[in-house]
Amino acid sequence: MENVDSINTGEEKGEEKVNYLTNGFSVKSWLLTKDHKRIAIMYLISVSVFFVLGGIYAGLIRLELLTPASDLLESGSYNKVFTQHGVIMVFFYLIPAIPAVLGNFLLPIMIGAKDLAFPRINLLSLYIYWVGGSLTLFALMQGGVDTGWTFYTPYSTTFSNSFVMLVGLGVFINGFSSILTGLNFIVTTHTMRAPGMTWFRLPLFVWAQYATSLVMILGTPVVAITILLLAVERLTQTGIFDPALGGDPILFQHLFWFYSHPAVYIMILPSMGVISELISNFSRKKIFGYEFIAFSSIAIAVFGFLVWGHHMFVSGQSIYAGLVFSFLTMVVAVPSAIKVFNWTATMYKGSISYDTPMLYAIGFLGLFLIGGLTGLFLGSVGLTVHVTDTYFVVAHFHYVMVGGTVLGYLGGIHYWWPKMTGKMYSEFWGRISAMLVFIGFNLTFFPQFILGYQGMPRRYAAYPEEFQVLNIFSTAGASVLGIGMILPVIYLVGSLINGKSAGPNPWLLPGLEWRTSSPPPTFNFEKTPVVTWEAYSFGEDSGLDIEEARRESTVSPTA
Amino acid sequence: MQDTSWVPLFPEGASSFAWEVDALYFYLIAVSAFFAIIVVAAVFYFFIKYREREKFATPPEIHGSIPLELFWSFVPFVISMTIFLGGAIVYYNQYKIPEDTMEIFVVGKQWMWKVQHGTGQREINELHVPVGRKVKLTMTTEDVLHDFYIPAFRTKADVVPGRYTSLWFEATKPGKYRLFCAEYCGLNHSGMGGWVYVMEQRDFDNWLAGNLSNQTPVQQGQDLFTNKLGCASCHAGGQNQRGAILEGIFGKEVKLVGGQTVIADEEYIRNSILNPAGQVVEGYQPIMPTFKGQVTEEQLVALVAYIKSLSGQSGTTAAPMTPATDGTTAAPANTAGAGK
Repeated sequence: MENVDSINTGEEKGEEKVNYLTNGFSVKSWLLTKDHKRIAIMYLISVSVFFVLGGIYAGLIRLELLTPASDLLESGSYNKVFTQHGVIMVFFYLIPAIPAVLGNFLLPIMIGAKDLAFPRINLLSLYIYWVGGSLTLFALMQGGVDTGWTFYTPYSTTFSNSFVMLVGLGVFINGFSSILTGLNFIVTTHTMRAPGMTWFRLPLFVWAQYATSLVMILGTPVVAITILLLAVERLTQTGIFDPALGGDPILFQHLFWFYSHPAVYIMILPSMGVISELISNFSRKKIFGYEFIAFSSIAIAVFGFLVWGHHMFVSGQSIYAGLVFSFLTMVVAVPSAIKVFNWTATMYKGSISYDTPMLYAIGFLGLFLIGGLTGLFLGSVGLTVHVTDTYFVVAHFHYVMVGGTVLGYLGGIHYWWPKMTGKMYSEFWGRISAMLVFIGFNLTFFPQFILGYQGMPRRYAAYPEEFQVLNIFSTAGASVLGIGMILPVIYLVGSLINGKSAGPNPWLLPGLEWRTSSPPPTFNFEKTPVVTWEAYSFGEDSGLDIEEARRESTVSPTA
Repeated sequence: MQDTSWVPLFPEGASSFAWEVDALYFYLIAVSAFFAIIVVAAVFYFFIKYREREKFATPPEIHGSIPLELFWSFVPFVISMTIFLGGAIVYYNQYKIPEDTMEIFVVGKQWMWKVQHGTGQREINELHVPVGRKVKLTMTTEDVLHDFYIPAFRTKADVVPGRYTSLWFEATKPGKYRLFCAEYCGLNHSGMGGWVYVMEQRDFDNWLAGNLSNQTPVQQGQDLFTNKLGCASCHAGGQNQRGAILEGIFGKEVKLVGGQTVIADEEYIRNSILNPAGQVVEGYQPIMPTFKGQVTEEQLVALVAYIKSLSGQSGTTAAPMTPATDGTTAAPANTAGAGK
């Protein structure tokens, strides 16, 4: 076990070691860094800005929908608000959030590497994200866009008078950021694993990032092409999508969803990876069915490319295409079900702690369960004819996107916060926020399933009075959800100032990221680690000194 | 009527297949509840029973279980297939247009629904239909995508510029039901709706009688054909005419230059008016000029209706005792002419 001890660096020598945060304080040392951890922190700040902005738009939507008439916002403004909520959340928060923040920070550490394979390209992807994001923000300040985040033609190409080109350009540019990140992760996972870190010793978070990266590099070029074609038509009236010019509007939908459905998996797969980490580590138990979870990620990534047509059941595609896509959609549900069962089984006979990250993970399970099951409703084509384009769909994808991705992201941020910053946050407020988010979320979005079945269409600035009561519930829930989301910003930032020191391994966990100091040094490890243990092994072979940790925790209960 | 059709938390169903959609919905709720209860119960049971009793404990290692994995892969797969089949059957009933329908034309336009009955009545943002009668809507739009959605009928279909889509239903209960546009269409999207009035046949006949005003689509089309657009100069001259013979052509297979064949349906006729050089009938020269930009969607609908009438196809009639037989509407496709 000598290799384990040798990488167990930390504060034992008493003197403050240089870590990635203290290695240079100038602005230049950040902006020109090649350190994946610093890039991750800059991503963290950037996606948080976009998340807050998208959240403000969400708040405006819910306030407008408090009353049936379009009184707070007139229709034109409302259309821009929901469009910009979607564009910002999807392209600038949900897609980059977990890969670019947590993946960037952790993937090299988890496999025992010094950095990603292409550190400069990693920095480039951040700059591309900034350029794409700035263009989009600039477009919003100029007057915004009103096409819906889906940019359906011919409205977006011929009819809309808003800043479609500018936002399109922002999204187009931003796509390259995804492609480069995906490329970097794939190469890193293949070539830079530490000695002994075999594929089946990889943490499942890495498997999930790998599957996500595959989708990113294969899918993102398609949306880039689609937006380019849209721009060409809008600029030169070429006649690609607008039938008045000889184009086909359904073609746009095929191209758009060929990317944007797999993009759903870009958003949810990394979160599933986080949840695998949380449930296994906070149950202190090897994950149940490691291979099944790993391969179900790959299966989801592959099948995810074959189901785009289920967004178009009522769009005018043929009845037989509808049936085929419905069938494939049912097939893709199975790997997700496998994951849920395995996560549940992992808890069996574990030693489950009720720390904040675990509460987020349990919240994820509940919300993803509802999100996944209502996905079956929408995959069942006869039912979808009634509920598609209604609030049922809105509720469903928020259960998956917010309940899945955002809860996974928040759980992951809490889990790795001590590693990233070296500080512990307030456990009390952490638990409160996890519960507020769960309760507020359900109160916001569950009523929308009922509204959807009743037939309330989405993207309506004004709605018939019979829908008001449920909309009031939804808006009330959104306020609770908002508070639950604001709390972490306060106590996490607060922990930087007065948080207790975390120590290298506050929860005594076996992953490689917990075997280096918190925050880690610039090159992650003092010596390249040699991995002799299986993933998620908490027993003796993991080399963790449980007795020592217990003694320490009774002296200074930081954990 | 409004009160009873929007019962709290569950919408009224008023079409022949509404109960099928509701049954599927309840089946899915049952399946979901079954899985949710199992998973939530297990999670809570484990969460409490196996809570941390000792810091940094090392519980027994369990690697997994192949039989269990196979079991919980197989069971969800089988159940998901039942959901697929149920959905497929309902979908087929919703989207396969039956024969002997009463045909009504719908043109979407930012931000209103224009409806034209076969007997000439026009409506805006309202649709009057008789109860117990199969109604087929042939729909298109003058501008962007729209979607004709009647929640009480549990059906909707996108309305796509440049082509005809269709929707059918048989209303089962007289009443007044919401009509929505369900595909985002710009500024006043949420205002693009109205009401569908389902009436007893007798009331419907009275309504028709009280609104007889305009030409029927066939008459309007004939007027365009012979006078306004001058189609008749090439298409109504008997055996030696320069244009293709239109009498009896509707619903038949037509041989094209190059050896292909198409069914002469609504979509084909529409395309031949807008883009005549696209599919030229064998034996004729491609000399017909395009009428693109010269005819509106509503005029196209009338021309199609007139050309159908030349083949004895009168699917547009609303007369109660003469159910039309419309050969092409049996094609099992949502989009008229998808098989072209």
